[in-house]
Amino acid sequence: MLDIEIDGKQLQVSDGITVMEAANQVGAYVPHFCYHKKLSIAANCRMCLVQVEKAPKPLPACATPVTNGMKVWTHSEQAVKAQKGVMEFLLINHPLDCPICDQGGECQLQDLSVGYGGAQSRYQEEKRVVSNKDLGPLVSTDMTRCINCTRCVRFTTEIAGLMELGQAFRGEHAEIMPFVEKTVDTELSGNIIDLCPVGALTSKPFRFAARAWEMSRRKSVSPHDSLGSNLVVQVKHDTVKRVLPLENEEINECWLSDKDRFSYEALNGAERLTRPMVKQGNSWIETEWSVALEYVANGLKSIVAEHGADSIGALASPHATSEELYLTQSLIRGLGSGNVDFRLRQTDFSLDERLTGAPWLGMSVANIGTLDRVLIIGSFFRKDHPLIAQRVRQAVKKGMKVSAINPAFDDWQLPIANKLVVSPDQMSRRLLGILKALSDQKGVEVSSVFGEALADAVIDDGVLAVAGSLASGRRVAVWLGNFAIQHGNASDIHLLAHEISRVSGARFGFLGEAANSVGGYLAGAVPFGKLKGKNASEMLSTALKAYLLLNVEPELDCASGFAAVETIAKADMVAVFSAFKSKAALDYADVLLPISPFTETAGTFVNCEGRAQSFYPVVKSLGDSRPGWKVIRVLGEMLGLAGFALDSIEEVRKASFGGQSSVDESKLNNTVSREGAFVSSVATQGLQRVADIPIYFCDPVVRRSSSLQATKDASEPVARMNRRSLTQHGVEAGTRVRVSTGRGQAVVLAVEDEGVADGCVRLAGAHLLTAHLGTLNGEVSVERL
Amino acid sequence: MLSPESLKKIDREIAKYPPDQKQSASMSALRIAQEERGWLANETIEFVAEYLGMPAIAVYEVASFYNMYDLAPVGAKKIVVCTNLPCALSGGVHAAEYIKKKLGIDFNETTADGLFTLKEGECMGACGDAPVLLVNNHQMCSWMTEEKIDQLLADLKK
Amino acid sequence: MTVQGIILSPDLDDDRTWRIGDYVKRGGYDALKKIIADKMPADQIIGEVKKSALRGRGGAGFPTGLKWSFMPRAFPGAKYLACNSDEGEPGTFKDRDILRYNPHTVIEGMIIAGYAMGCERGYNYIHGEIFEVYERFEEALQEARDAGLLGKNILGSDFSFELYAHHGYGAYICGEETALLESIEGKKGQPRFKPPFPASFGLYGKPTTINNTETFASIPFIIREGGDAFLALGKPNNGGTKLFSVSGHVNRPGNFEIPLGTPFSTLLEMAGGVRGGRKLKAVIPGGSSAPVLPGSVMMDCTMDYDSISKAGSMLGSGAVIVMDESTCMVKALERLSYFYFEESCGQCTPCREGTGWLYRVVHRIENGLGRPDDLDLLNSVTTNIMGRTICALGDAASMPVQSFVKHFGEEFAFHIEHKKCLVPKDVQHEGSKIYVA
Ligand SMILES: Cc1cc2nc3c(=O)[nH]c(=O)nc-3n(C[C@H](O)[C@H](O)[C@H](O)COP(=O)(O)O)c2cc1C
Ligand code: SF4
Ligand code: FES
Repeated sequence: MLDIEIDGKQLQVSDGITVMEAANQVGAYVPHFCYHKKLSIAANCRMCLVQVEKAPKPLPACATPVTNGMKVWTHSEQAVKAQKGVMEFLLINHPLDCPICDQGGECQLQDLSVGYGGAQSRYQEEKRVVSNKDLGPLVSTDMTRCINCTRCVRFTTEIAGLMELGQAFRGEHAEIMPFVEKTVDTELSGNIIDLCPVGALTSKPFRFAARAWEMSRRKSVSPHDSLGSNLVVQVKHDTVKRVLPLENEEINECWLSDKDRFSYEALNGAERLTRPMVKQGNSWIETEWSVALEYVANGLKSIVAEHGADSIGALASPHATSEELYLTQSLIRGLGSGNVDFRLRQTDFSLDERLTGAPWLGMSVANIGTLDRVLIIGSFFRKDHPLIAQRVRQAVKKGMKVSAINPAFDDWQLPIANKLVVSPDQMSRRLLGILKALSDQKGVEVSSVFGEALADAVIDDGVLAVAGSLASGRRVAVWLGNFAIQHGNASDIHLLAHEISRVSGARFGFLGEAANSVGGYLAGAVPFGKLKGKNASEMLSTALKAYLLLNVEPELDCASGFAAVETIAKADMVAVFSAFKSKAALDYADVLLPISPFTETAGTFVNCEGRAQSFYPVVKSLGDSRPGWKVIRVLGEMLGLAGFALDSIEEVRKASFGGQSSVDESKLNNTVSREGAFVSSVATQGLQRVADIPIYFCDPVVRRSSSLQATKDASEPVARMNRRSLTQHGVEAGTRVRVSTGRGQAVVLAVEDEGVADGCVRLAGAHLLTAHLGTLNGEVSVERL
Repeated sequence: MLSPESLKKIDREIAKYPPDQKQSASMSALRIAQEERGWLANETIEFVAEYLGMPAIAVYEVASFYNMYDLAPVGAKKIVVCTNLPCALSGGVHAAEYIKKKLGIDFNETTADGLFTLKEGECMGACGDAPVLLVNNHQMCSWMTEEKIDQLLADLKK
Repeated sequence: MTVQGIILSPDLDDDRTWRIGDYVKRGGYDALKKIIADKMPADQIIGEVKKSALRGRGGAGFPTGLKWSFMPRAFPGAKYLACNSDEGEPGTFKDRDILRYNPHTVIEGMIIAGYAMGCERGYNYIHGEIFEVYERFEEALQEARDAGLLGKNILGSDFSFELYAHHGYGAYICGEETALLESIEGKKGQPRFKPPFPASFGLYGKPTTINNTETFASIPFIIREGGDAFLALGKPNNGGTKLFSVSGHVNRPGNFEIPLGTPFSTLLEMAGGVRGGRKLKAVIPGGSSAPVLPGSVMMDCTMDYDSISKAGSMLGSGAVIVMDESTCMVKALERLSYFYFEESCGQCTPCREGTGWLYRVVHRIENGLGRPDDLDLLNSVTTNIMGRTICALGDAASMPVQSFVKHFGEEFAFHIEHKKCLVPKDVQHEGSKIYVA
């Protein structure tokens, strides 16, 4: 510890920190632009010059390390003179267009210039003009305003992992730009808007929508990925105008993924369902809530009476709130059925009875940075978990070694120490290999359950390297990704991963598919436990008589795509609870109930680390739409079910979490009870499909954000194969091909992609173009057109 | 995109640096590419970036930072005259004026036949030899009297 | 070169004498051989360099021996050496001649430095515009390698040292040592904030020492003849001879290697005196970044760090720019200001924004658009730049402005008031036409 003095205040600080960090500790504000606590130090703006005893000239607080006995004055005459001098330089070429600048009212330059700027500019020469750049559909530029702090450049390089912006040219001609005609395509791009201290980079979707001071700021939680980023939702006239990060060091830090930031566009979109509707004959009519609910209640009652309770079921979105999920399953169970599920893209449920709790990350997100070894199994990690990947990216810089096994890789923008590119049907055998190698290296016996299967283990250099890496770690984690969960033999992978983590002494966890993947289990929205029933897959293979669809668009959200729709369409009654009207639903549904999206309702998401985060409406419900929990609650009452006399969201929350309002940690458990021998599944012969769920296809809200849909990440699915597979199947890259399964086909462009395993075709799911394939997994054929 | 000879030259440059520091060769790779292609088109920069495993924008930063790279086409012979103070005191400006008159172009212009581009340069570290000029980045010409300029231009036209 | 120096002498001005054979005949590589044969301890070498009072020839004049002693001794892993031959400071052209006529003395100096500081690898960063010199240096390196003086197990010892040339491509700022390192790393040459200093975090993040070409070129003599002998060539605290590049209004511009402490008048005479018998008006004694001094002040100075510093300027790189009475000081400053404006790396605010401002104001004054408060403005803007930038380019851009305005204020005032030069245009024209001795 060092003793120093800042502005007359004595303090003790740890060695190695900077004057800026020390000043923050005593609450002394040092003006700055280029400094950002999460970025490397550039010290280029020079705004943070402070006076330091014995230093002949003012020093930049952001870059000057503290030394013992140092005395610093942040606002002495020398310091302020230097700061004012720098401010004058920053302003000479800066346009004075605050009234028309989107940053107006929240501009660091504007704010600081009030304190440090001169009354009138002494610069009377012509101002510099810098041409604007096209950074893509999300970030708008006004480069003349840029003060070259290079925060955005450092962000893309350091946080997003790929230098997509640079400072080209030099001196006064220096310009921030992407490589000519390239855009900024990282899924974290929106953060450069927050980082830009002036109005050079602003939000394109938000452009001119409102001034900062006209909006109120309300807290919320992102409904998309399993991290549960904390949001500040900015609202004007009861409309969401913009979404910003709410800083939470333990979750999203100060960042947001673009998905979290820009999906709000869908909330005000044309496809919003705003009135209850019922189908009469072949036409839809808008109606009152009472009529629509009556219709559903009566339908359910008569179907139960006629066909038995087992003929009804509910499919719910993993993006639904815990309260909605809890009430949905209560309703179904209240009617005597166990047919409820929210695991829509999962197809292997064989471990359901052996689960001992809700699958979760197995550790806190904040602790990811302390791991030194990670094995990621079956994951499109970067796009599925943008901010968790970001944490891993930073951890790698501090020595974490990442191993990954997946049938297809895109660039994770972080070094992967050991990468196994393995076709889906070979994943188990490789995992067996890792298990065996690990057991040898660690001298820990593998459970006898795996005894026979170990004979199938594939041991090769890759497997040995992964095992070696895990064995050499001190803080190790093994994570299952979304692909692993959606894998046709997900249970094999789960069991093996579990055993690998046991043998290597690692923490074992699930990255989690959606905002409420943990919460859904806790809410009981699964067909086991209290009253058993059919799982999602079973409910969609043989038609039930009645379906309740909670925020689900089966053609895109369910593993079987349009095959699911076909099954559902056979039912006597399909009640859709949704914030949106989809074309498909108009065909198969009988009643559409407009329920509110996350900004208009209260609810809770339990993120991957088991943290329950509750939120409240930030705007009024649009039109006649109503919060889902209220709608289901009323429906329950209309059906005369017990346990629905819940007057507030808090009561629902309590009921759903079993008496408390937060997660009972003992209910989070990744352990699988052991029974029976492990039999690894057989390998297939043909070409296998690898379906990723692209970041902007994955849920009904993002699918309707027009700006996100304009990004490269939302381009239409293509069939990706490596060169060998292309040749083997007589397909030429760049031509259209027909991909078929036993159930349907898709016509897409073939693309060469060396990141895909041999014998595989990577073809995205959750898209209308591929939804007719009727499955995410298994064998496909590819033919030239 | 680049000839095998150029690639060989680039490889020789790469070998000067530690094995994990390939990007150190970016400057020489750009120089070699420019020698072959005459100037640095975006595709060329992208090629160099890929060859060295660097982000394209990082190579563009380099190409746009250093004066001697040409990001736009130049004449077959690029003449850069130093007009910095020490040279200016000894005829640097006059030499430049003389060339302008002879070629009928101003600084940063190219003759209609595409043969000559004239540029103003900064100190070349040869102030004692003023006037000095540089032909195609690599050939320095010293003590450029009007007669010598006439001779040089005549030679370059050949 | 009219004087027999330890680095350059007139008889080296030849296409053959730079080669290793000739160099060895002149006693070249004897110093290195001695070190290897005697297994001379590193401390002893650094001690000799300290004794010699050799000060960095790149501009800042930092004592070389002291700098070498900053390199961490027991550092595990790579350490680097860099030679700064990015000579771009207007008026300086000595390193080019050293590399052209005596490249092996630089190579030998660097090998010795590598030995003394335990570096495994060195780079010589060569100024972009002197490609032919770069090619020659590459050839010289190959000669040294072929002679077993460079590379693995030098002269059969267990000392290995690799040396390569890195060619710049037109950026004055790469002469700043950390920009130079960035540039070797294949990036644009933007200086780094210090601390950390290169001795702890240099090339590729490893301990690195950077010296100027002439500094390294002085080392073989110091080791061969002893630090005292070098010191004795000059005067206390200003050891050795130094190369002065004399340019501008003199009859015989060129490099002159003379003992530090030689009167300026002697140097001027060696350069043939002021051109055309005109009157000496002003001299920039240490490269364009050094403050300009009136001719009369210069005539009383001796050419060494202390004397020039006392007179209010800097010996800098030893580039002496001579201006006679035909010079318009506003125009001269306008050209220099344009240079710094063009060469600012653009990284830090005061320099990026301030150099353009300075240039534009001086440009206005020169073009008859000056305003009464412009001189105050220039002074104020330079004060706001100086000492507030990442590297010394900000200072380098400011010092000429301040000194020109200080010493030749009336000439600036005249421009502002009368909207024209004090020195008639035709006189200026005549004074700076093409002149070849
Ligand atoms: C803008 C700027 C330009 C410089 N240019 C050169 C140069 O061309 N050559 C040089 O040797 N040093 C130059 N220097 C000084 C170097 O930073 C460094 O001090 C020097 O190379 C150290 O070597 P020395 O101790 O042997 O002088 C420059 C410094 C600055 C700030
Ligand atoms: S002072 Fe100028 S050259 Fe030096 S770092 Fe700052 S901007 Fe770059
Ligand atoms: S914040 Fe310190 S220099 Fe920019």
